[in-house]
Amino acid sequence: MSSINYESFVREPLVDGDKNYSKVTEEIVYTIETKPTRLWYIGFYISVALLCFGVYSIYREVVYGVGQWNLGRTVGWGWDITNFVWWIGIGHAGTLISAILLLFRQGWRTGVNRAAEAMTIFAVMAAGQFPIWHMGRVWLAFFVMPYPNTRGSLWPNFNSPLLWDVFAISTYFTLSLLFWYSGLIPDVATLRDRAKTKIRKLFYGIASFGWTGSTKHWQRHESLSLVLAGLCTPLVLSVHTIVSFDFATSIVPGWHTTIFPPYFVAGAVFSGFAMVQTLMIITRKVMNLQDYITLGHIEAMNKIIVLTGSIVGCAYLTELFMAWYGANMYEYDAFFKYRLAGPYGWSYWIMMTCNVVSPQLFWFKKLRRNIEFTFIMSIVVNVGMWFERFVIIVTSIFRDYLPSSWSLYYRPSIYEIGFYLGTFGLFFTCYFLFSKYFPVIAIWEIKHVLKTTGENYKEQMQGLEKMSPEEFYNETHHH
Amino acid sequence: MTIKKFVVGCFDDEKVLFPAVKSIRNQGYKIQDVYTPFPVHGLDKELGMRDTSLHTAGFIYALLGLTTALGFISWILTMDWVQNYGGKPHFSLAAWIPIMFELTVLFSGVGMTLTFCYLCQLAPFVKKHHFHPAATDDKFVLVIECTSNTNVQEAEQFLAAQGAQEVNVQVAETGWWLGRYDMDRKLFDQKASVATA
Repeated sequence: MSSINYESFVREPLVDGDKNYSKVTEEIVYTIETKPTRLWYIGFYISVALLCFGVYSIYREVVYGVGQWNLGRTVGWGWDITNFVWWIGIGHAGTLISAILLLFRQGWRTGVNRAAEAMTIFAVMAAGQFPIWHMGRVWLAFFVMPYPNTRGSLWPNFNSPLLWDVFAISTYFTLSLLFWYSGLIPDVATLRDRAKTKIRKLFYGIASFGWTGSTKHWQRHESLSLVLAGLCTPLVLSVHTIVSFDFATSIVPGWHTTIFPPYFVAGAVFSGFAMVQTLMIITRKVMNLQDYITLGHIEAMNKIIVLTGSIVGCAYLTELFMAWYGANMYEYDAFFKYRLAGPYGWSYWIMMTCNVVSPQLFWFKKLRRNIEFTFIMSIVVNVGMWFERFVIIVTSIFRDYLPSSWSLYYRPSIYEIGFYLGTFGLFFTCYFLFSKYFPVIAIWEIKHVLKTTGENYKEQMQGLEKMSPEEFYNETHHH
Repeated sequence: MTIKKFVVGCFDDEKVLFPAVKSIRNQGYKIQDVYTPFPVHGLDKELGMRDTSLHTAGFIYALLGLTTALGFISWILTMDWVQNYGGKPHFSLAAWIPIMFELTVLFSGVGMTLTFCYLCQLAPFVKKHHFHPAATDDKFVLVIECTSNTNVQEAEQFLAAQGAQEVNVQVAETGWWLGRYDMDRKLFDQKASVATA
């Protein structure tokens, strides 16, 4: 008679199927060691084409100036800063999965963390383009660097949120890169030791830094990952907080609100998880990794989406309430005349529908575990989050204090859109290359949890489960 | 550069590995290292290793970053080039917190990673001797270092008796050298060194 059941009724296995260590390696590296499929080539070429259009759009902007984008007075920040905040936000889910869930000991992160971290890095790369090229005279971009310069000893203003942003984003990028790459080294070593061709041996040999798998190295590696996770956790919160300071420390009605930092961070995680879902659902299907990125993973991420979506919804309503309760007429007008209604009212309602109403459907378990629905929702959420930034930026500045300087209806130019499409090109080109040449799932982390979950664990515990209470007592107390 | 002789045993399962490590150490053999495809928790303690101090290094780097940011910004804004930003105080600590925090994190993260690479001797073009190619796949490779009083045959038999699947003797360089994994370079004459080992 079985007195104990070791298999959890609540928690699903992290890895499906009966696997051993070598099978895990084989299955994850399969796509790396075989020729890419037609689908991969098509996707890759589309991304490169978009990237090229983006480069051309930037070329136009550098040569002819920011006027190539329909920016002017009073909309000086349009699509570009919207896109900047959107991409930065997307990056946040990667750090959340890899760092915060590591600290919280969430076993399910192992299936998705590698790809999510890669997504963070590519998203931050895409985001960084916008403020850099938005400078206009990009050849003077080095002015943000704090060094004893030849410009009359003029230093950058360290009290400015825009300079904080420079520090925050460069630190974020550096640390994400270190975290991602240090985790990648053991897996690259696996690829190196399996390599058959000369070029693979050379490439993975250089990239693996001579990793051997020594116990002492693993011990240090674990310490490094844990501390980097501890550092990245406040860092990721600080990055979007500082991005929100770009707005919140100004005196523009609609931007000047103290709720911005938590609201931006929640929104960032919300959109980031949506992007992880989009990528993961395609990746698991195309690369046949359904055993590693299970329905359980998708459901867990959908739970985070519904949580952060609700926080964002709360923030929207708080903003509206404060705009009325604060009894400041400019603030009131910014929200009730120009945001909810007015020429850009449509964008507000798109935002509300996509971010607040639709994610609530994830309260239903059936929908959380439905892949097609999740995929559609992931895109809806990202559209919504793009509109959130658009609403915040454009509806707050297209009406100035002086009606004489009110701008005409702001529409993006083709090169402004092209720049945005170009960053999609950059992002997906990088992601396609990454998924072809590096393991999208952290092989060593899967091996690490393999025997604590699923079929392997069941096998281990079967003996114990079959024991009578007396036998179990003898077994456990006589050692 | 030191060349030594090793007895190498490959294990398939960490459940077999742990008791084996214990009895091999009890027997008085010197375990040079165990190479594993993933971090095996508790193995470092079993091998008698002390905890790493890497996190302490991280803390020191963090303090360095914090003082750099505070010292640098306060020197610039209160001494080197004093500017009036909207009538606010020159020493405005609250406004410097973001950059101070970022530099703390940046110094700590970068410093720790570089220290990690230095301690583990990891860098591009670094090459080391690998006792078994499957140590990064599914094998736990236990390596016993032979000293002048080690009976190699006995050690081999003992490893096999502990459950090692593959046992062999290797003469290898213990450190690292600059090299490429697509090219083999003869580091030493194997025959001569076996004779001296």
